[in-house]
Amino acid sequence: MTNALEISDLVMHFGPVRAVDGVSLTIPRGGVTALVGESGSGKSTVGRCVVRLLKPTSGTVRIGGVDVTGLNRRQLRPHRSAVSIVFQDPAGSLDPRMLVGDVVAEPLRLSASRVSRVGRERRVAESLGQVGLRAEVARRYPHELSGGQRQRVSIARALISRPSLLIADEPTSALDVSVQASVLNLLADLQRDIGFACLFITHNLSAVEYLADEIAVMYLGQLMEKGPRSQIFSEPAHPYTQALLAAAPVADPVRQRARTPVLLGDDLPSALDPPSGCRFRTRCPLAFDTCATEVPPHVKIGNGEAACHLVQADGTRPDVRTGAQE
Amino acid sequence: MTAILEVADLTVSFETESGTVSAVDHVSLDLAPGEIVGVVGESGCGKSVTAMSLAGLLPHSARVTGSVRLRGTELIGAPEASLRRVRGKELAYVFQEPMTSLNPVLTVGRQIGEVLQVHERLSRRQARARAVELLSLVGIPSAARRVDNYPHQLSGGMRQRVMIAMAVACDPTVLVADEPTTALDVTVQAGILEVLRDLRDRLGTSILVITHDLGVIADIADRVVVMYAGRVVERAPVTSLFARPRHQYTHGLLNASPVPGRHAGTERLQEIPGLVPVLTTQPDACTFAERCPAADETCRGSAPPLAPIGEPDHLVACWHPVEVP
Repeated sequence: MTNALEISDLVMHFGPVRAVDGVSLTIPRGGVTALVGESGSGKSTVGRCVVRLLKPTSGTVRIGGVDVTGLNRRQLRPHRSAVSIVFQDPAGSLDPRMLVGDVVAEPLRLSASRVSRVGRERRVAESLGQVGLRAEVARRYPHELSGGQRQRVSIARALISRPSLLIADEPTSALDVSVQASVLNLLADLQRDIGFACLFITHNLSAVEYLADEIAVMYLGQLMEKGPRSQIFSEPAHPYTQALLAAAPVADPVRQRARTPVLLGDDLPSALDPPSGCRFRTRCPLAFDTCATEVPPHVKIGNGEAACHLVQADGTRPDVRTGAQE
Repeated sequence: MTAILEVADLTVSFETESGTVSAVDHVSLDLAPGEIVGVVGESGCGKSVTAMSLAGLLPHSARVTGSVRLRGTELIGAPEASLRRVRGKELAYVFQEPMTSLNPVLTVGRQIGEVLQVHERLSRRQARARAVELLSLVGIPSAARRVDNYPHQLSGGMRQRVMIAMAVACDPTVLVADEPTTALDVTVQAGILEVLRDLRDRLGTSILVITHDLGVIADIADRVVVMYAGRVVERAPVTSLFARPRHQYTHGLLNASPVPGRHAGTERLQEIPGLVPVLTTQPDACTFAERCPAADETCRGSAPPLAPIGEPDHLVACWHPVEVP
């Protein structure tokens, strides 16, 4: 069976800015992969290359087996409905002058398959129902809705064309904690019921713990580590993944204060002039000479892989908190 | 221990074109010397308005009543001239977004020095020398060189460190940090929280941290004030709040937050249904009643007072507090 998404050696440069520099990632049909990274890691750029809002500098993007990397606008059209995207800020991604019904129906209106007006209205009501909104919301404007409701509208719009792949780019980051939970639950329910594959882009590791099958960790345009969710959480191999997990504060003062802090320093290198060798080396507490001279290969570890000179295929992995290797 | 900052019955409302909006309703809290108190709540709960009103930073459309006493001196209604002596010297602020709070055309040294020239009457040279000391105090490497940098030459985390250096330049009694790490990445956030803790430990600064992030509270606060729709709904030492939240809202908020490990195996996060209300007047009812699983007629008919609940220093404003297991 073909995979929902295959990205191989994706490169996206904006002039001198090397936003994405050789990323490979595969999502099977119905799989959920979280792409985690901090600001400037290039995670959103990967998402935009997949929906072809950007034309990659090099590398390939295959959606359901079809190579969409080089297609022009006209050639892309028949494939547009296969992949949808939900953006972070629903206030910015919904046209304030369009009725919610028209916003949600637009992908159908633009799709290659002709859908009648009556058919469209039925599909809009159905799609709004799926995301837990009443059908009459279709006659409202986005500003009349709350942040959480607007994000539901974005999800309804994304799903109306019945895509096989959904890109969710920080879909809950602009929302309050109590609303975040309901949107995360909704995405998880829809994914399970409909079975679309999902690339969930986020800076927040804890938001994906119960949603993703696989987690890929990005830093400065490259993948540092990827693997099954449980492995990433319980046995992170890459020092950056370990630091990321250690840095996110836990909402439990007893546990939080008992943890060993990992302080990386805050001078993030620029994507204009990324460090030689391993990109993480300038902030890595474990970096040594080789890290500056050789780009670490992706080494298989457990059911995943990590790009670090201290990770070995026999399962040896560094520990950023103690500096020891186990 | 006597409180260094005492806020009592602070009430703030705004006159807007579409009528009055009640933002803060009878908020009381206090801060002891060297203590870190966290104020937590979601957007619209009034936490930032509370913070801004302490030093009279709100626009003229705000109607502020109640009392804010800093070392016994009343600040609400105090003349602008005396507030100006307090701001930056006694009561200093660190805001969320360092890029918009810093002046892009002045070096960071000049900006830190300005506070010292105004409040401490230092000369420009003395101020610059002190700025270097302050930059190293907040953990900026090679401070003597960085002092001549412009804000755009620094990373987001460094800029926030500069903001903190500026805020503590005159050794303020109270530091108010309003979402100090929200604009930053988690790996950078950890360092900033460490700086705040270090300032408390070394200089004895009392810190009021305003945040929406329960993780930040768990990391840094000694005591916590939970706000909802303009009111304090719960107030407790940090460990008892997290271990035994008594307000239905606090309980819901804690369960809605993804915590690594806790949801492993379970399928769903707990949701809080409904929305934060926008209030024109503060009703004589619990403002959380509409979203609360335990609400009944009592909750809709009268506002619960903030009252002690058995544990030392643990107060809750709820008619049906969560049972302690």
